[in-house]
Amino acid sequence: MPSDNLVEIRHVSFSYRNRSVLRDISLVIPRGKTIAIMGGSGCGKTTLLKLIGGQIRPSVGDVVVNGETVNRLDNASLYRLRRSMGMLFQFGALFTDLNVFENVAFQMREHTNLPEEMIRDLVLMKLDAVGLRGARSLMPYELSGGMARRAALARAIALDPMLMMYDEPFTGLDPISMGVIGKLIRRLNDALGLTSILVTHDIEESLKMVDYVYFISDGRIEAEGTPDEIRASTQPFVHQFVHGEEDGPVPFHYPAPAYAVDLGLPDRESR
Amino acid sequence: MKANVISRLGRTTLDSIGRLGVASRFLMMILTRSATSWRRFGLIVREIYSSGVLSLVIILVSGLFVGMVLGLQGYQTLETYGSAESLGVLVALSLVRELGPVVAALLFASRAGSAITAEVGLMKTTEQLQAMEMMAVDPIARIIAPRFWGGVISMPLLAAIFSITGIYGGYMIGVRLLGIDDGAFWSQMQSAVDFREDIVNGVIKSGVFGFAVTTIALFEGYDAVPTAEGISRATTRTVVTSSLAILALDFILTAFMFRG
Amino acid sequence: MERTLLDFWVGLFVAAGLAALFALALKVSNADSFGGGAGYTVTASFDNIGGLKVRAPVKSAGVLVGRVSDIRFDNKTYNAVVTLRLDSKYQFPRDTSAAIMTSGLLGEQYLALEPGADERNLKQGDAIRITQSAVVLENLISQFLYNKASDASSSSPEDAQHPGAKP
Repeated sequence: MPSDNLVEIRHVSFSYRNRSVLRDISLVIPRGKTIAIMGGSGCGKTTLLKLIGGQIRPSVGDVVVNGETVNRLDNASLYRLRRSMGMLFQFGALFTDLNVFENVAFQMREHTNLPEEMIRDLVLMKLDAVGLRGARSLMPYELSGGMARRAALARAIALDPMLMMYDEPFTGLDPISMGVIGKLIRRLNDALGLTSILVTHDIEESLKMVDYVYFISDGRIEAEGTPDEIRASTQPFVHQFVHGEEDGPVPFHYPAPAYAVDLGLPDRESR
Repeated sequence: MKANVISRLGRTTLDSIGRLGVASRFLMMILTRSATSWRRFGLIVREIYSSGVLSLVIILVSGLFVGMVLGLQGYQTLETYGSAESLGVLVALSLVRELGPVVAALLFASRAGSAITAEVGLMKTTEQLQAMEMMAVDPIARIIAPRFWGGVISMPLLAAIFSITGIYGGYMIGVRLLGIDDGAFWSQMQSAVDFREDIVNGVIKSGVFGFAVTTIALFEGYDAVPTAEGISRATTRTVVTSSLAILALDFILTAFMFRG
Repeated sequence: MERTLLDFWVGLFVAAGLAALFALALKVSNADSFGGGAGYTVTASFDNIGGLKVRAPVKSAGVLVGRVSDIRFDNKTYNAVVTLRLDSKYQFPRDTSAAIMTSGLLGEQYLALEPGADERNLKQGDAIRITQSAVVLENLISQFLYNKASDASSSSPEDAQHPGAKP
């Protein structure tokens, strides 16, 4: 009997070219929930998704997905596991030489021997779920940012995964598209019985729709809780993040020598 | 200062040797994961279209002009020795042995090679390769290998088309324009050009060039820094590296093939 | 692009490429006569082969019948041993003679076969007995001058030392 947690990350550290990106992170993602992983730019959020997808391996620790330790799988088992994962990339990452229909049909053609008619029906169902049934024959460069994101979402759920990962799903979208994507993510999660992980720094949009939030800063988990707990939090970091304050635990200034020294005014105080 | 220069030279050398190693591993990966693309030959056909068919115009036009220039220049020199009839030999041998494979490969590198690098580099930059990997589809087998075989198949065909067009260009200039005897042009050519020594060796050359150019182009694209600037740099590197590789390989192959 | 149209273009391209290769083989080179398969080799030794090269044509009655496939020096007889590869379409009597000729005054050298009258034909590995070496221009000139000199005998042998006396 697999545990209630679909994903467990146990004491994971990861460094890239001697730069430590993640430091001893542990977190669990329960089945059926929508989880947000938040943090400033470049804090290692995307790295976490890559670890779960098995694209990179942790320096220390284990990543367990559905009872399998991802970082110990061989290539064949990893590919088998990935068929049950879907991932929405930051800008969609639609295949530029295929139209919307073929993009969604891609995995079906690669991994199944379904007859053409069934593929057609399945693709149209997925496209209908994201509202793009009429855009099936458009090429990716003809789509707006929000439409591309939705088409990519249809592609990611093509084989009905059990785990969906979203890498910055709201970046670069207008408020309307943002709301549409947010509702879609939530609706798909509940309708298809998925488990979803959102990596984002868009606090407003994600607090509206997730069940639980992890805050990452500087490679560590800084805070966690339900959206209500987060909103009410008095922890300085969370407070700064939620309210978008310019200075706080995350400093406005990149570490630098004193301003006056840099400007060549060393004797200002003595005057 | 001097030590700095030396250390930089050493680092550059080590870097390039390292890159060569990575490129060789990359090539091994392509070769061992090619089974899929041969099973689904449609993938290769698509790539023959984009690297072969789309290079056809530049190959035809350049071949014709190179042949016509050879005809003009060769005629003037041979005429001095009263052996203008040997023009066919001169044009055919230069094209079949050297110019056909080499110039066609250089054109191929700048037309198809750069396109391959830009395409693969863009797919990397827009995370398409990663997305494919996350969909449990191996990008080497699905994207890289078909492009590799498409290029390797196209190159000898392009070189043969280049040579034939060039010979026709030489024929137009020599026979039609300058009035060399039609029969002498072809018969001298036929008695001087050997099938195994010249034609087969020329085809082998172009096969080797196709192999080298496509590998370099794919590697540069796959290895590109995933930014717009990175792609443009990788594209430039493809053209420069493959041109140098073509000329160096040509020297080595010629030394082995035509020693007699 | 429509799938079938793409297939059509690729098919056309491959056909054109193969046609070009065939044209190179048949029209430009001599693959029709010597593709490499059907042929037999015989040897002939010469005192001097002049400027004969590997792959030089072998002709009989002016018709191309084969090519020189190998030239080496025999260390016992101090002769040049030439291997000819002949098209098996053409058969020659065993007492055929071979001579090294020049096409035109400055042209390339080739090997001419003059058929004999023997009943039996040359087979793979046979040697041609009767050979005539290449004419070396320098020898020819000095021979000519020598004859001139001995004709004029008594008068002045020094004349022979003057090439200006016109060959």
